[in-house]
Amino acid sequence: MRLRIGGDRLLHVYTWILIAWLVLPIAVMILFGFNDPQGRYNQTWQGFTLKWYGEVFALEALTDALVVSLLVAVATALIAGALGTGIGYALGRWQFRGAGALNLLMFAAIASPELVMGSSLLSLFVSLGAPLGPVSITIAHVMFSVSFVAVVVRARVVTLDRSLEEAAADLGASGWTTFWKVIFPIILPAILSGVMLAFALSIDDFVITNFTAGTTQTFPLWIWGSTRVGLPPQVNVMGTMIFAGGVLLAVLSNVRSRPRRKTA
Amino acid sequence: MTTSPPKSAAHPAIEFVGVRKDYLSHGEAVPAVRSLDLAIGQGEFFSLLGPSGCGKTTTMRMVAGFEEPTAGRVMLDGRDVTGVAPNKRDVNMVFQSYALFPHLTVRQNVAFGLERKKVAKAEITRRVGEMLEIVSLTGMEKRQPREMSGGQQQRVALARALVNHPRALLLDEPLGALDLKLRQQMQIELKRIQREVGITFVYVTHDQGEALTMSDRIAVMNSGLIEQLGSPRDIYERPSTRFVAGFIGTSNLIDGRVSWADQGYAVIDKGSGERVVVPVPGTVPVGRDLEVSVRPEKIDLHRTLPSGVTGSLLSGTVTEVVYHGTSTNYTVATSDGTDLVVFDQNAHDAEDVASRGERVFLTWAPQHSYPIGV
Repeated sequence: MRLRIGGDRLLHVYTWILIAWLVLPIAVMILFGFNDPQGRYNQTWQGFTLKWYGEVFALEALTDALVVSLLVAVATALIAGALGTGIGYALGRWQFRGAGALNLLMFAAIASPELVMGSSLLSLFVSLGAPLGPVSITIAHVMFSVSFVAVVVRARVVTLDRSLEEAAADLGASGWTTFWKVIFPIILPAILSGVMLAFALSIDDFVITNFTAGTTQTFPLWIWGSTRVGLPPQVNVMGTMIFAGGVLLAVLSNVRSRPRRKTA
Repeated sequence: MTTSPPKSAAHPAIEFVGVRKDYLSHGEAVPAVRSLDLAIGQGEFFSLLGPSGCGKTTTMRMVAGFEEPTAGRVMLDGRDVTGVAPNKRDVNMVFQSYALFPHLTVRQNVAFGLERKKVAKAEITRRVGEMLEIVSLTGMEKRQPREMSGGQQQRVALARALVNHPRALLLDEPLGALDLKLRQQMQIELKRIQREVGITFVYVTHDQGEALTMSDRIAVMNSGLIEQLGSPRDIYERPSTRFVAGFIGTSNLIDGRVSWADQGYAVIDKGSGERVVVPVPGTVPVGRDLEVSVRPEKIDLHRTLPSGVTGSLLSGTVTEVVYHGTSTNYTVATSDGTDLVVFDQNAHDAEDVASRGERVFLTWAPQHSYPIGV
């Protein structure tokens, strides 16, 4: 019995260490958004201030970079969401010639190193003579995130009861109506997870973006560029805001998908 | 043995004409339904009964349009619907898993079919309300399927199908997921609803009790063929094949050679006064091998040799006595090595008639023997 309590305590300690390990970097980021550094370097605590929240958009280049990142991420999430849903639904619902090859291709896109993808995309764009900028970045982001959406949607589609589609057809619904009135609403949570995943992958991507951006600055690229001259506290503030947005989305989706109390 | 549908109408509700259905498995055609000619009458409660893999579900799915026959035609109300898509067929189905739309409320589930037909809003509201009343779900319109019990979900599935006034309602083992008590309750309920709406019901089940309780007619299927078609009483009392005798209820099968035949009866002499008397259609040649079935509840069990027996008489040793509350079941090994099961109603005696190892005599009236395959 004593030993058991000791084991429990050990588990508690271990759990808190793990949580600290995960949270500490984020906590430091948030904390230094409230720091009032005297020099260029925001690395030692020198006093509390809220002024960076007032001047969050004061650095024009940083703000522009954030806007580009957000636009690219939204476009990526929508395009990859739509394409990935189609691919995932097809793979989960039907067996067709080439399904195996498509699976392999998706896995390759997920597993292959970003360096390889980034450099090959760059050579592709250059050899095609395509201009580098937000459009090429978005194309690249859609390319690597569409597989994630497809995998998430496919996982949901394979667990769908096939008789749902038959029931819809039995009640007079065409294939089109069945998809939009029955299948789509049921798999929507999976689609939204995929879309959020694509958004998250896009907004903080560095390696592939670095290859395909040309002279365009995105949020991660701008931060990387300015680490040598010292990060302004605005970066911490923006990071905090992005983090808060993510937490809010996670909480919302958690509350929504929580099963209601069963009555019977 | 084909009996005609009970109600006469211009056309049968459903008709199969020379239907065959093969499935392709590893490049080979495997027959699910070998040959089917069947007419189901208007307003009939018709059951397709058989073990899994007998083709009953395939038969039903060909009516719904989820499967197309390899050969032959399927007719609905005299119209050939072979090759017509499921959403263009005027039949509705209650699925084994219910297949309720989980994201819709009860009301929206039931209204789904009417909305597809572009029925006016007010009319939809009226008919959905009416149907929910019939299945006793009034007041649950706003519930979601997952907030309901299995029995309630079952009623929603039924309402969702019936509200469209289909030419026929197809039910695929709809009570399979319910517990015994609820199942028996729903059997009576289903029969009531069928009488109330007057729609043809086609009921697929492997549960003989269910089929016997509810059906006007039953088709017993086995390996892609109908073994016997008839009323529940026909099927139970006069099984025409060995399979039906074995599948429906408990049957005793006795083998023997005809010793003599006369006036529509054949007698199998088992020696020392023991015999099986069986009614036969027409004449049966003496010396022919015959298989006779007799239901366990038709057999009387005696401890002493009864006098004046006009029907069958066999003797044997009791090998098993099982008390079942309403009856006691005996297993008796006869002198020729056949095991016979006897149900004895516990109507009069609290004591068992015989105990294990005791020698007993079995008698039953001539009309309770049935020849198999004659």
